[in-house]
Amino acid sequence: MGDLIQIVVAKYNYWIYITLMMIGLYAMIAKNNLVKKIVGMNIFQTAIILFYVSTGAKRGATIPILEHGHGAASHVFHAVDYINPLPHVLMLTAIVVSVATLGVALALAIKIYNRHNTLEEDEILAQIREK
Amino acid sequence: MSQQYPALLVIVPLLSALVISAAVWINKRLCFPIAVAALGVAAYSSIGLLLRVLDEGVIVYKLGGWDPPMGIAYYVDHLNGLVLVVVSIVALLNLIASKKSIELELADKTAPFYALYVLQVTGLLGIVVTGDAFNLYVLLEITALSGYAMLAMGKDRAQLSTLNYLYMGTIGACFYLLGVGYLYIVTGSLNMVDIARILPDLYQSKAVIGAFIICLVGVWVKMAFFPLHAWLPNAYTHGPSAASSLIAPLVTKVMIYVMIRLILTVFTPEFAFNILAISEPIVWLACLAIVMGAILALAERNLKKMLTYVIVAEVGYMVGGAWLGNRAGMTGAILHIMNDALMTLCAFLVVSNIAYKLKGYAFDDLKGLVRKMPFTMGAFVIAALSIIGVPPTCGFFSKWYLISGAIQAGQYAFMVALLFSSLVNVVLFFRVIEIAYYEPFSDHHGHDHHPEPMDEAPLSMLVPLFIVAAGLVVVGLYTGDIVNHIIEFAIPKAIM
Repeated sequence: MGDLIQIVVAKYNYWIYITLMMIGLYAMIAKNNLVKKIVGMNIFQTAIILFYVSTGAKRGATIPILEHGHGAASHVFHAVDYINPLPHVLMLTAIVVSVATLGVALALAIKIYNRHNTLEEDEILAQIREK
Repeated sequence: MSQQYPALLVIVPLLSALVISAAVWINKRLCFPIAVAALGVAAYSSIGLLLRVLDEGVIVYKLGGWDPPMGIAYYVDHLNGLVLVVVSIVALLNLIASKKSIELELADKTAPFYALYVLQVTGLLGIVVTGDAFNLYVLLEITALSGYAMLAMGKDRAQLSTLNYLYMGTIGACFYLLGVGYLYIVTGSLNMVDIARILPDLYQSKAVIGAFIICLVGVWVKMAFFPLHAWLPNAYTHGPSAASSLIAPLVTKVMIYVMIRLILTVFTPEFAFNILAISEPIVWLACLAIVMGAILALAERNLKKMLTYVIVAEVGYMVGGAWLGNRAGMTGAILHIMNDALMTLCAFLVVSNIAYKLKGYAFDDLKGLVRKMPFTMGAFVIAALSIIGVPPTCGFFSKWYLISGAIQAGQYAFMVALLFSSLVNVVLFFRVIEIAYYEPFSDHHGHDHHPEPMDEAPLSMLVPLFIVAAGLVVVGLYTGDIVNHIIEFAIPKAIM
């Protein structure tokens, strides 16, 4: 038991992202309402963004901005003192992608609502079967 | 100029998407020529690139002059040179063929459709040309988002089936992103060549194995590999004809390319086939995909939906061929990327011609169609022969390589699945041909058997269709040259 807790605590960022991802996946599979599914999808994407962001973090490190930027060539850099900015930059792109996906999904949900007057998937499917 | 081909390939369609959106304010009729010109430039550059690759070998293009692994580099070798030519030519032909059908089906939305169309092609070409794992993810999502928007323009159930596609597509892309994240943690690099250089010492690491499997599953979702295929048939069936005939031939095929790129470049064949030892179960899954695709297609009474299940089976061909782990199987898979793109394009162009004239493509609508649309149905017969695998059409040759690969690898189940699928395809397509050729035309009013006057699709739809149909035979006849001069160099020596 002690070992297990140690494993969980030592790598807690991974456990958090996996938990979030599964919550999102559960919502996408099990929920009946289309908007709830879309929110689940967004949680799923956010989980992966958090995973990336957490991999860039370092204990005791600071943000990767050079103080005394002028004549920076004369300074000695200690890469260890800075967190890794690359995953964060990548996630800016991923956030844009996830916002765009969310927008397209919600636009589709509006279209579906206009046509069927409901967002519950079973009711929509029943309407389609009736036709 | 020719030095800049890799950049032109992506930048020209990307910018033209913006130009098209702006041009609609001046004159709506400008949009189509701009789209054709942009894709023409892309096709010209990709052919130029392939010729240069044949001359000089691998081309490395550093975007903005930044050296890899820091900057993003485009790598063009024999494998993606070939796929680039296929993607750009299929997209161009389909655009020209679809002009009338876009104007008919999407009367007031033609301009946004053209913008999305070139954006989709940008994404596809970018996926194929890029040498950066994260860049690939971004382009994957560009392709997917423009695809969702185009497919959702269809009628009736299109929005709901596109939303389902969107859920699955997002899961697939996220899995790929997650796999890339693990690769980044382990190697500290996103450049495919750089990752491949660092990885060999780490092949036993659980994170690397996990990354490979997660990427693979993500790509499988995107390509509709059998148990993960559920989104494909509805999304492709309900979309507008022009969107389906762009997305159906290209998106799944480009995802197969990504899988082969992961196996051959990012991870070595040694890792994928020997260290992991998962090729046997994957080939079994591919057999299942082929058999289930064939059976599900058999149950359909709608031409377009039947073809979508044929795609599911064809994805099984290519995944299985790539995972046989020998030279013949890999050759077959790469050859089939090209052949299947052409075959699917031909079949879907026929569907869009039928939809243009008949407003429906259920089997009952097709009765006696050959007297109404003889040329379209003629092209359909060639597409059918190619999908079945009758020489000299190109479908025969890739199937031949796949089957001989299966025999070499001792995977007889895969061989049986391929033959079974060919037989089912015979039934599928001859059933359609029989309805179109021998059953009397029905106009839903009575039993009068008066001969139906010929009422073909316009010439601008027929000519591209004929070019594709002729292409099926020509590519078949030149298979030997394509294999010896291009595909032979695309597969590393390590694969025997």
